[in-house]
Amino acid sequence: MNATTTFHLDGEEIPFTPGQTIMQAAVAAGTYIPHLCWHPDFQVNGSCKLCTVKVNGRFGSSCTMEAQVGMEVENRTAEIDDKRRTLLQMLFVEGNHFCPSCEKSGDCSLQATAYELKMMSPHFDMFYPDRPVDASHPDVLLDFNRCIMCGLCVAASRDVDGKNVFYMGGRGLLGRRVHISSESGRLADTGFAVTDRAASICPVGVILPKRRGFAVPIGQRKYDLAPISEQVKVKTP
Amino acid sequence: MSETDLIDAVLDRHRRDGTRLMQILREIQEQLGWLSPATLTAIAGAIAWPRAKVEGTADFYSFFYTRPMGRFRVLWSDNITDRMLGSSDLMSAMCKKLWLEPGRVSEDGLVSVDTTSCTGMCDQGPALLVNSRAVTRMTQARVGEMVSLIRSETPVAEWPAEWFAIEDNIRRKDILLDHGLVPGQALAAALERGPQGMLAEIKSARLRGRGGAGFSTGQKWEACRSAAGHGADPARYVVCNADEGEPGTFKDRVLLNSYSSLVFEGMSIAGLVVGAKKGLLYLRGEYRYLLEPLQAALEARRRANLLGSNILGTAFEFDIEIHLGAGAYICGEESALIESLEGKPGRPRIRPPFPVTRGYLDQPTTVNNVETLAAACLIATHGSDWYAAHGTEKSTGSKILSVSGDCERPGIYEYPYGTTVRQVLEDCGASDYQAVQISGPSGICLAEAEFDRRIAFEDIPTAGAFMVFDETRDMFEVARNFAHFFAHESCGFCTPCRVGTTLVRNLMDKIARKHGSPYDIDELFKLHRLLQGASHCGLGNSACNPVFDTLNKFRPAYEHRLMSLNYEPAFDLDAALSQARQMTGRDDAGAHFPDEAEA
Repeated sequence: MNATTTFHLDGEEIPFTPGQTIMQAAVAAGTYIPHLCWHPDFQVNGSCKLCTVKVNGRFGSSCTMEAQVGMEVENRTAEIDDKRRTLLQMLFVEGNHFCPSCEKSGDCSLQATAYELKMMSPHFDMFYPDRPVDASHPDVLLDFNRCIMCGLCVAASRDVDGKNVFYMGGRGLLGRRVHISSESGRLADTGFAVTDRAASICPVGVILPKRRGFAVPIGQRKYDLAPISEQVKVKTP
Repeated sequence: MSETDLIDAVLDRHRRDGTRLMQILREIQEQLGWLSPATLTAIAGAIAWPRAKVEGTADFYSFFYTRPMGRFRVLWSDNITDRMLGSSDLMSAMCKKLWLEPGRVSEDGLVSVDTTSCTGMCDQGPALLVNSRAVTRMTQARVGEMVSLIRSETPVAEWPAEWFAIEDNIRRKDILLDHGLVPGQALAAALERGPQGMLAEIKSARLRGRGGAGFSTGQKWEACRSAAGHGADPARYVVCNADEGEPGTFKDRVLLNSYSSLVFEGMSIAGLVVGAKKGLLYLRGEYRYLLEPLQAALEARRRANLLGSNILGTAFEFDIEIHLGAGAYICGEESALIESLEGKPGRPRIRPPFPVTRGYLDQPTTVNNVETLAAACLIATHGSDWYAAHGTEKSTGSKILSVSGDCERPGIYEYPYGTTVRQVLEDCGASDYQAVQISGPSGICLAEAEFDRRIAFEDIPTAGAFMVFDETRDMFEVARNFAHFFAHESCGFCTPCRVGTTLVRNLMDKIARKHGSPYDIDELFKLHRLLQGASHCGLGNSACNPVFDTLNKFRPAYEHRLMSLNYEPAFDLDAALSQARQMTGRDDAGAHFPDEAEA
């Protein structure tokens, strides 16, 4: 490793290869930067803003900013985690998230990140939006009450499955939603299959396989075993 | 012609090219009234796009309708200046006469009445759009007549012509509005200088972008010129940003109405400098009525050999096309504008890369404001020394202001940069003034102590809006109107802006209902700090500016509304019973919670 290509993340020296984003370099080094819409396998989206960091005194998204030699990046400071907590609260109140009855509880990135950042309450008034549930597909249930607009299903269906079943459209708080590519708007009328990558990509509990509930008991699920910050996937060279 | 034939004709005219989706949707909707699920499926098939992607675009823009709309669609401009001229009462009167709720289509499918963001007629409001046509100077009498015409189903084309008259209201001319150039003169001068020479002239004139940000035009053009095109079909593009959506701004409307030759010539000069063969003018949907006149002006320029190939006998080749927007403020942001030009929702791109290297169709693109391009003509003709002699050291030339609100002579005022706010107030006949909002909701709100500040990039940069508020105006209501505007216009892409703008709007509404407390003021400041740093683009970054400014400068307007408590829940028990009251037809004391103050 060339000693000149490093930057500082909360004082820790992080190596990077030119062109890598701050997030990519941090993950490669096994360091956790909170995030929801970023995924190592897909094109960067940059919408959730959970990965906001302070670079040389200015805020920016670590998933979109390229690492530069000698950068001073603040990550888990009280100031930034406080902003992240507010962003999480925003995501919780704009949808309908009832963790105790959700099949994804314990495997959910939103919930795990909220635990990580010690979010104790939704803080804001709930919006209780009227969002649809689509049970039309024989094998997959869609519950948009839990959608956080990360766009990962859009990317997976487009880039891996080559099906373009989903697309992010609409405007603003009430309008923004995942569109389903059929005239009826129903998932059953698309070519979607439970084996699609998009069927297993959802970080929250929108896209769920039918007839499979609580196969892993609560208490033994992914984020029950270790907090999300300790499960950064280190890529082996 | 059947619906299918009609759709096919539009698709053929646009070569079934998905990047032309905005124009395809608009033209089809203009004939069919709305975009039905079957229509969207047909379009998606023809342009070979996923259906959801087509629906995503149709769903994004305010002026595309994916549900059946009334045969008459009335949209009242909802800028604070329209409200100050009485638009709310007029709209209520219209709804009452039509037995209609705002936002709903009448049972017989005849008419719908709703609000829309500022339509850019602030100097001649209250304004509205009816079936995409702009109407100015609404009065109670006109409301009555309009309702009769709607009831009798008289086509809009047969309505009184004076309703659609739009004035320029030019009150003060300076070097740009008094240019004295004839068509072709500036372009000939630019061709004489050559691309390099013209670029050098723009740079030494120190021309800066008139959209508000003030980026160096020379630097932008140079970056675009030196960027290589990409792929099999490399090209460069010039884009004129005429998506004048900032509430209170209307100078581009006047430039396009009466100075289009200068604007098109400026685009051509930009094309010459950066090495582009094509220019695109992105015209906001609210200015739909300008489309045909502008197209006629382009045709005239082609006939005069000022557009096309071998322009003025040289090897220079350049042409211009007009793209119409469909009601989305965010498209004023240059990368969102490019997304829209490509047929997609107006979502600002991740930057870098900047449009000068990867813009329209992934090719190097310079996006410039209407006024910037017009100003380039002056530099081409008179040279940089002459131009830089006007204005200030860091802000050369002149600035066109759109003045509206509480003054005797609202309209267009052109000043050399460096003019004080007080001077403008004097010239427009404002008296008893309390505040001025400069550069629209995303700009700055000034109180009287600041009126000696200057319109210039080094002091108060502006895209041109100048809204005056006299002593009688409630600055809290001004800020609340702007908070509603941002919540409506947030594209919804990033979390802080999507949710935060609505939280701010709700807090302002809570304070307006006299349910606010000092706690809510702290919440507003907290949201301001979050949105300013964490948002994806300028909209979110500046969305709390009006609240922040008025909180700092007009605090009493907030405080007299607050309850003398530390905390007050947003949930109102009594209001929650309103539906039950409506259903049971009761409104007696027993159907209300006792007032806490009395209890």
